[in-house]
Amino acid sequence: MSDEIPPVEINADRLTPVGGGRPSAPVSLRSRLRSMRDKMGRLPKPVKIILMVFAALLAYALPIINPPILSTPDTDFGGVLFIVSVYVLVALGLNIVVGYAGLLDLGYVGFYAVGAYVVAVLTSQHASWPWLATIPIAVMVTMVTGVILGAPTLRVRGDYLAIVTLGFGEIIRLTAVNSDWLGAAAGVPKVGKPPSIELFTVPHLNWDSGVPLIDLHRETTALKFGVIDIVPYYWLVLTVVIIVLFGDMLIKDSRVGRAWEATREDEDAAELMGVPTFKFKLLAFAMGAFVGGLAGTMFAGRQGFVSPQSFPLLLSILFLAAVVVGGQGNRWGAVVGAIIVGYLPERFRGFEEWRVLIFGLALMILAIYRPQGILPPRRRAQARRLDQKLDELEGEEVAGV
Amino acid sequence: MVHPALVQMFPDFPLLFDHFFSFTVTGLANGSVYALVALGYTMVYGVLQLINFAHSEVFMYGTFAVVWTVYFLGGDKQTSVGAMVWMLAIAMVVAMATSAGVALLLERFAYRPLIKRDAPKLVALISAIGASFMLAETMGLRSEIAGWFGLSDKLDFYVSRSRDTKGLTIDVPQTTVFTLGDYGVTSTDILVIGSALLMMIFLDQYVRRSRMGRGIRAVAQDPESAALMGVNSTRVVQVTFLLGGVMAGAAATLYMIRIGATKFDAGFILGVKAFTAAVMGGIGNLRGALLGGLVLGVAENWGSALFGTEWKDIVAFVLLVFILLFRPSGLLGEALGKARA
Amino acid sequence: MKHPHTLARLAAAAAATALALTACGTTDDSGGDDGDSGSAACDLKIGYMGAQTGDYANLGLNMLGGVNVALDEYNTEHSDCKVTLEKYDSQGDPEKATPLATKAVQDDKLIGLVGPSFSGETEATGPTFAEAGLVTVSPSATNPALSTNGWDTFHRVLGNDDTQAPAAATFITGTLGAKKVFVVDDASEYGKGLADGVADSLGGAVTDRDTVQQKQTDFSATVTKVKAADVDALFYGGYYAEAGLLSKQLKAAGWTGTFVSGDGSLDPGFIQAGGIDGSFLTCPCAPSPDDFAAKFKELNGADPGTYSAEAYDAATVLLSGIGEGNDTREALLDWVNNYDADGITKHIKFDETGEVSGVSVFAYEVKGGKILPGEPIE
Repeated sequence: MSDEIPPVEINADRLTPVGGGRPSAPVSLRSRLRSMRDKMGRLPKPVKIILMVFAALLAYALPIINPPILSTPDTDFGGVLFIVSVYVLVALGLNIVVGYAGLLDLGYVGFYAVGAYVVAVLTSQHASWPWLATIPIAVMVTMVTGVILGAPTLRVRGDYLAIVTLGFGEIIRLTAVNSDWLGAAAGVPKVGKPPSIELFTVPHLNWDSGVPLIDLHRETTALKFGVIDIVPYYWLVLTVVIIVLFGDMLIKDSRVGRAWEATREDEDAAELMGVPTFKFKLLAFAMGAFVGGLAGTMFAGRQGFVSPQSFPLLLSILFLAAVVVGGQGNRWGAVVGAIIVGYLPERFRGFEEWRVLIFGLALMILAIYRPQGILPPRRRAQARRLDQKLDELEGEEVAGV
Repeated sequence: MVHPALVQMFPDFPLLFDHFFSFTVTGLANGSVYALVALGYTMVYGVLQLINFAHSEVFMYGTFAVVWTVYFLGGDKQTSVGAMVWMLAIAMVVAMATSAGVALLLERFAYRPLIKRDAPKLVALISAIGASFMLAETMGLRSEIAGWFGLSDKLDFYVSRSRDTKGLTIDVPQTTVFTLGDYGVTSTDILVIGSALLMMIFLDQYVRRSRMGRGIRAVAQDPESAALMGVNSTRVVQVTFLLGGVMAGAAATLYMIRIGATKFDAGFILGVKAFTAAVMGGIGNLRGALLGGLVLGVAENWGSALFGTEWKDIVAFVLLVFILLFRPSGLLGEALGKARA
Repeated sequence: MKHPHTLARLAAAAAATALALTACGTTDDSGGDDGDSGSAACDLKIGYMGAQTGDYANLGLNMLGGVNVALDEYNTEHSDCKVTLEKYDSQGDPEKATPLATKAVQDDKLIGLVGPSFSGETEATGPTFAEAGLVTVSPSATNPALSTNGWDTFHRVLGNDDTQAPAAATFITGTLGAKKVFVVDDASEYGKGLADGVADSLGGAVTDRDTVQQKQTDFSATVTKVKAADVDALFYGGYYAEAGLLSKQLKAAGWTGTFVSGDGSLDPGFIQAGGIDGSFLTCPCAPSPDDFAAKFKELNGADPGTYSAEAYDAATVLLSGIGEGNDTREALLDWVNNYDADGITKHIKFDETGEVSGVSVFAYEVKGGKILPGEPIE
């Protein structure tokens, strides 16, 4: 689509809101992406829906198609897709807290851990419930945890929240490490799995010889939640992601979403206008915790083994990086960010020890050259379009006179 | 029978009270290191309202500068105390220079491009996180990097087993100077606490009295007015990072004297603690950083005595939450800009 | 308007995909197993799973080096029909290990695996290997519970913590003659498990316990407690970095007892981190024999370390089976279950849970800034 850039591109460059305004390579790439997005936005609704359904189907088919280049040569592609989809779910939850409500949360992994541990405790450690039955309990417990954490801390200044939430994440992890009731450092083995319903079996494609061949050695039985094949788990989480995305769209466009936006932009003004900001911040925290806990239950169901080792402080930072790099406040940005953070290190396992260094460098470069994230939120895009239109009109006036 | 886990949960008061001064003085010594590192967070926050996440690496590079300098000067297990004093003094200067250099590099490459563009605060945090990963991993991969240049053998001590803990080559002796209750206060304790206090007083006076100090306070208070009054804000930011780096370098030296070994990721946890100390004392407040550091150091040791060492971090974070509940802007909750001249 | 173009292009892409799908064949013909001639199995692979990068890389590379020696010997002998090594870098992280295990079991040419190296990743990947019938021989996972999961595929060539702990306790009270012992652990699965075992075996000799955290550097509170307890010896369950620091800080504070730790501390890193002279490190692993050490150094450019010799033995168990013509997972599993021969560390014969018989525990003394070769604990 590179050859279809509309003529307004030149104006767009000049109006770059970040103030860089250099007509160099990154800027034109930026405007190219932007024009793509604008075009997407202008498509009629049915076309958009068809495109989305197609994209969703493609996402489901990914581990079956196993496309070369995209597929991970050094580790199991289905397994990577599963982890990526869990990250996407987490990023969507964190995006509510950070992106919508503007609360800096450095301990989000705590909620993820609580969700996983509730499943572990109820299916293996202290009871033997089925996995499915633990989910409502798990998300409720995480939401309550979110409220318990939020109620005292959301009153402190925004920047202080960062260290308090960071402390919370560490408290959860350290409590798990040091409590025999939670299996201590060894963790909880034999965690319950989702119930299997065997529907159909599909063979995977194999591209080793350059052309796609049906691989009769690699088959996935739909909705058989076993040990070896991770693909059904990926489908399960993908479905949850889609449901959460729908919920996210509804809530963002509701009164709640607007209240969050107002709180984020100017808390005092919002309070003056009658928005009970504390209540809405608490709600954002609880919603974020809900999604984080849900992701934890998925993780526990697949891994079958929950230990504190899976919830380091670094993971919170990684999640935050996913949201900010993707574009805080934009759900698709969070999705893209999570894919980058979860997928790239596994795809390029060849670099092995250089992974973290390269990741750090990439974070810096992205922050400096795309400070609004890869996909900035829609509102900014709208505002920019208005600016553009204004500029065009002014230009016409000048030309007309 | 009471569950053993429950027994552990009952605070062990006799232990704390019988060895009160041991736990307290060693806690103060550890807290002094927190305080010096906390200064870096507090100053940058005061001036830029940004959490300098990569400050932990500024500290970490300082610790390695100490190890390397002492080795370079020929320090080993047989080194006499007199020679040791000289080595450590030189190492401290090198560490301060190293940390200050890293801090300035950070300012130049991770912050300035963002400040210029007036990017959102969170983005600066991500840039700092990226820089932090990069700096730590560069240190952790130094053996590979030296390998590219064929220097692995030449620099063996400096680069070998780069992902492992590296200890000082000298054994700093601890002699008891005087007895305080149950505890014989050692030369190391006095050195660490004393130097930290001196550095603090120096910095506090510098910010309060010098011309540059006034500039720092002006920018912290109101960057736009400061710019209008002719304060060169880029320079002020540079000096802020530089001072933070110098303090981190001093902290690194004291840390190495106390702890004795470092690692490429040693900055991370210490950075989190120091940042906690800064917030506890009131971020942006120099004296608050000192108080926060000391309170945190002592609280950790008391917590270790009462509940077991495994709960000390939890004690520290719970204390932080309590302090913020009752004093929402920290113990001394005053910003850098409001300090009176 | 531009969107019709986009749509048309998408449609074309979809059509192309459909065509590709209908046109493609199957891989059934390429996976034939009766095409090759010769008695010994050819182009087979064994795997090694463990940390090769990350925090635990040293330990993992020690083992990888041992596997390399065994493989080099095998391939020199069978130069017409070599076995290749597939490396799975788990970084010691259970989460990363799981998809790697899935990848490993999908590789039809891979019929045996050395590893996984840590207990956590072994716990996480065990069900996958068991279901696929892929035999694993771990040179280092010492958690006793691992052999109680009923995985037929699980084996290890060293004693578990239940054998190390009583031996360490015997050493502390017997050889060292300690009357009062302080036990510290690092709250890790390995460290706590070992420390619990040692404390149980020591019984009344344990005066007090404390738990520190991994990556902790300031041990002043623990040092105060140890000095308060007035003990002759301290046992630390954990890894070498913290062990070295703790011993150094204890000595600096004037404590004069004997510092004892387990296999997790048996690494030159212990000394590099400040580990003091006069410490003892126990390990269910034997010191590397000289000729093995020479070969190891020649091949890997480094001295063998903890578990290098065990990894060599583990790989040899698998490779000798392949050399005998066991070219399927089933046959190799059977071979390993019935294995009965001398390795360089011990006589290797597995019981039905995968535990090796004839284990002995060694105590390694730290002296003059070096770890001396271990002496067996009676």
